[in-house]
Amino acid sequence: MSDLTEIRWHGRGGQGAKTAALLFGEAVLGQGKYMQAFPEYGPERMGAPVQSFNRISDGPITLHCHVTEPSVVVVLDPTLIGAADVTNGLPPDGIIIINTDRPASEFRRQLGLNGQKLYTVDASRIARETIGRDIPNTPMLGALVRATKLVNYEDMIADTRKKLEAKFGSKPGVVEGNIKAIQRAYEEVTSG
Amino acid sequence: MSSSVKEVVRKRIALTGNEAAAWAMKQINPDVVAAYPITPQTEIMQIFADYVADGEVDTELVTVESEHSAMSACIGSEAAGARTMTATSSQGLALMWEMLYIAAGLRLPIVMPMVNRALSSPINIHCDHSDSMGARDTGWIQLYAENAQEVYDNVIQAIRIAEHPDLLLPVMINLDGFIISHALEPVEAFTNEEVRAFIGKHKPAYSLLDVDNPITVGALDLTDYYFEHKRSEVEPMLHATDVIEQVAADFAQKFGRRYELFDEYWMEGADFAIVVLGSTAGTAKVVVDELRNRGIRAGLIKLRVFRPFPHKQLADVLSGLKAVAVMDRSEGMAGMGGPVFHEVRSALYDYEPRPAIVNYVYGLGGRDITLNHINTVYEDLMDISRNGKHAKGRTTVGDLVTYLGVRE
Amino acid sequence: MANLKEMAKKGEFLAGGHRACAGCTFPQIIRQTLAAADTPVVCGAATGCMEVTTTIFPYTAWKIPFIHSAFENVAATISGVEAAYRSLKKQGKYDKDVRFIAFGGDGGTYDIGLQSLSGAMERGHRMLYICYNNEAYMNTGVQRSSATPKGAHTTTSPAGTVEKGKKQFSKDLTAIMVAHNIPYAAQASPSHWNDLVTKVQKALATDGPSFMNVIMPCRLGWAFNPEHGIKIARDAVNSCYWPLYEVVDGQYKLTYKPREKLPVREFFKEQTKFRHLFQPGNEHLLAEVQAEVDRRWEKVLKMCEQA
Repeated sequence: MSDLTEIRWHGRGGQGAKTAALLFGEAVLGQGKYMQAFPEYGPERMGAPVQSFNRISDGPITLHCHVTEPSVVVVLDPTLIGAADVTNGLPPDGIIIINTDRPASEFRRQLGLNGQKLYTVDASRIARETIGRDIPNTPMLGALVRATKLVNYEDMIADTRKKLEAKFGSKPGVVEGNIKAIQRAYEEVTSG
Repeated sequence: MSSSVKEVVRKRIALTGNEAAAWAMKQINPDVVAAYPITPQTEIMQIFADYVADGEVDTELVTVESEHSAMSACIGSEAAGARTMTATSSQGLALMWEMLYIAAGLRLPIVMPMVNRALSSPINIHCDHSDSMGARDTGWIQLYAENAQEVYDNVIQAIRIAEHPDLLLPVMINLDGFIISHALEPVEAFTNEEVRAFIGKHKPAYSLLDVDNPITVGALDLTDYYFEHKRSEVEPMLHATDVIEQVAADFAQKFGRRYELFDEYWMEGADFAIVVLGSTAGTAKVVVDELRNRGIRAGLIKLRVFRPFPHKQLADVLSGLKAVAVMDRSEGMAGMGGPVFHEVRSALYDYEPRPAIVNYVYGLGGRDITLNHINTVYEDLMDISRNGKHAKGRTTVGDLVTYLGVRE
Repeated sequence: MANLKEMAKKGEFLAGGHRACAGCTFPQIIRQTLAAADTPVVCGAATGCMEVTTTIFPYTAWKIPFIHSAFENVAATISGVEAAYRSLKKQGKYDKDVRFIAFGGDGGTYDIGLQSLSGAMERGHRMLYICYNNEAYMNTGVQRSSATPKGAHTTTSPAGTVEKGKKQFSKDLTAIMVAHNIPYAAQASPSHWNDLVTKVQKALATDGPSFMNVIMPCRLGWAFNPEHGIKIARDAVNSCYWPLYEVVDGQYKLTYKPREKLPVREFFKEQTKFRHLFQPGNEHLLAEVQAEVDRRWEKVLKMCEQA
């Protein structure tokens, strides 16, 4: 499975890290690829560090072990840096994307990166301005796609719009807000 | 595959193992479902309760006050002629232990997704097979699913298997807790009409509600009848593999996916193989692919049907191999390895030739089983094939049993 | 009101030849109960004397559909039968009117069966649960249950030189059932058959869960002359040891008041299980028991507004 990509999401309980992985998994499936999306479970409650994972491939994925060497890491809550080992297992050519309003250079030092590509985006602010709540997982999808090109962006927008309309048809504001969130993060994510 | 298989391109939807089980249950539309929460099964019942609340099923949902009552209510309901289902895990299965025997002894075709989780003590919410293995003597048919697709397919087939007039035995479909139950995967689902056409209507020969022909269910046997009744209960188990294969053939014909008693993966010309159940088989397949790419004749058996134990069919396939490693995700506390190991060995005892057979107890309490771990098993098998024993350096119990992935 | 002639016309629902002890009083309870029904009935029983003596393969005494599954769960089992009935009727797959009755002894009801009884009552199934209360685990040889009265001798609460029988007063299960806010609960006795039959009729007419606690003298465990079972039940009622009342939507109503309240010793005197209470030195025990009987009776009267 040489085209297998593994992603690890870091968040705090209640921030939607699990949902983020599921949403991305659905987006991947919508484009005809194969995927897995799963959380790591323990007795964690709201606010505790949690992780979730994706696997993406062009062919069926039969692996069911843990993800220990993700090539992409997404950090939904920057306060986790220092608290959780977010770069654990990330190879030198890996990608790390952080939800933060601080410049990337600050994190390069703190994380001790040795070659990995670093991206930052203020997903929390985008979420507050588009969806009205500080749930950064939806905008992060846009940043993830921009940084990794794992799925086709336009197709994902169209697919997500369809899914949201099916669920929230009576609330067009919700649909547009979520789409805008993804679009803005896609445009505003920067590498550093 | 038969040439009459329909070429239908089905949409794949994203479902977790629990969602797949609930989706299948929705399409089956049972008359009665008994529900009690326990991690990691809880979601199946929550999702199903939503279906009930939204009128998507006709099911009477009985939110019982314990798993023991869940199985008791299922027994009453199925004896009253209603198609009945429930789901549980671990301690819940353990709590209903006496009722499992009673359900089978009363020949009631109850179908139950069973999300595998380790039994206390210590309390642990993660995956291993101690729960279902602990119920292997109950007379239930036991199937194991590797992934969400297999959960979906097996729950649907289970209705036909259980209700088959030659069987009339309860069926549990096991899926690995969290690893499969909570992992989102692509699943090809069928239409409601297709599922209902496949499972047909439930037509029990006897029912408590047939008040014009009253029956007594659950009579007392003294020493003069118990043995005969138990012997008659063995009979359907002896023919269960035939029924399971018939249903699988029908399933393949209608839906294009082939199920066997066990999957033979790269077994042609294999020198040695692993026998394993559940999601670990998926991980092992990746290892086998790599080994075969390097010209190493490794194979894999994924056991789908554990009860009845397909001893003859399995022994026929394994007897020509040089070495077999049986992987057990439970410890039967026998002092010489796990339950699957014992049954595979016993099946091969009378065969000539027969392979060297060793045991790997792994993954207890959700301990991860990695590609590396499985590689070491195949390395051991290579050693054994060559030298008759494997290299030292790993935890062994009399050279036969290795605890894979434990810190000693 | 029950009409004996009408009841007799219905025929036998429990065949003779079952293996209950000579002098057992639950066959009368079963017959009175089933004669009260005006629709077909499906019955269940918990493991216990009733089940064991009426269903020895290849025979069954039950001429109606009957199920036994295990000891602690007849309420759960019958709730499953009732759920199946409701489901099949709702889907148009079944069209008869049937009622459901679960029988459990005090062991399978007060103790190990309490959970599943509570669950079934709480869920609101349309079923009647009848506890045939012989105040101990009789099937296994007379062990104490939480229904056993204080001072009674059982094999696990024997009257010896130091201990004088069961130490605790009996649990008030009827009150626990009333606390579930079920629409109908009652206490009855086979000695007052009209009262019992009327109560069963009311219970079966109730569109919801109902519970009846029926005193059931056991000639083996209580140890009395086998012909006296019904008389002993009558003494239980007339000494106010076993008040006959019903609770309809939470409202208590006394259904029988003895003209003359018998002292509890009159009820106890023929039963070997209370023999030690009559020995010199144990008068205080008998007095304690009488005091508790009086207290509970006054309480019932008050709740029935009869004080």
